[in-house]
Amino acid sequence: MTLLVRLLVLGSTAMLGLALAAAMLQLAPPEVRLTEHVGTQLNVSGVTHPVTAVLLNFRGYDTLLEIAVLLLALLGVLTTTAGEPSSGLWMHAAPQPILQSMARILAPIMVLDAGYLLWAGSDRPGGAFQAGAVLAAAGVLLYLAGLMPAWTSPGRLLRIGLVAGFLLFLSVATLRPQGGLLQYPPRWAGALILAIESGLTLSLALILAGLFLWQPNESEEPEE
Amino acid sequence: MISITFDILLAFALLWSAVRAMTVSDLFRAVVLFIVFGLLMALAWARLDAPDIALAEAAIGAGLAGALLLDTVGHLRARGRRRS
Repeated sequence: MTLLVRLLVLGSTAMLGLALAAAMLQLAPPEVRLTEHVGTQLNVSGVTHPVTAVLLNFRGYDTLLEIAVLLLALLGVLTTTAGEPSSGLWMHAAPQPILQSMARILAPIMVLDAGYLLWAGSDRPGGAFQAGAVLAAAGVLLYLAGLMPAWTSPGRLLRIGLVAGFLLFLSVATLRPQGGLLQYPPRWAGALILAIESGLTLSLALILAGLFLWQPNESEEPEE
Repeated sequence: MISITFDILLAFALLWSAVRAMTVSDLFRAVVLFIVFGLLMALAWARLDAPDIALAEAAIGAGLAGALLLDTVGHLRARGRRRS
């Protein structure tokens, strides 16, 4: 019986997939050429890479909401307490010298890589999200190699770092020198975008690493 | 000719790793297949001329999500061992 149901589900999803593929192939090419529109406005956006210009200038509102959603997700994770006493902050594993020396070499390189991705976002593929993800991966690597403890209660510095990116973006967005929300003055657009991206990188790294490194200890008092 | 074969092979590998990730019975293997799927997806984005998305997919999808899932599998196993 379950085999029949499984076959039925598999068959219907395969048919749906094929129908979607056929519908996509039949669509006419879009009439609005967005790449041309972005290209004409690129010189007032402050950066020379069209993806960064769209993400942080033309559709900066979407990125602002994105970082807010990520922050909310981490706040949701931070409110969980341990269902069982956690086994401790440090990784419990036999000492692995090769892994640890590799992690010690790789972590500074990854920090440098994140800095490069942040800087290169203005005129080639890169940007805040990629840099923040690389930094978070460096943090996770250090924890897994046993070189950094997990987090139990967020300290003041961590809390400031978590919200700094979102608050910086929000304050730049509401500056209103020319009336509208998220209107950067064209002379300052490049510098503002770089400042926003730096804050976003730091916050994103802490948020993404916190999703992994948050291991609350039941017996600890929450820090004020 | 070579690019078309590469694209077809990539699409087939994407579908195959996705199906295997859902049907294999060992959780650890499923997570490893999920990481493989993430890396192949990054390749697919690169083939579609979207290097920013490829970078983000490789870092977040294959890296962080894979590490999170591996950690979850470890916790589940520890809890199962503690109960029995």
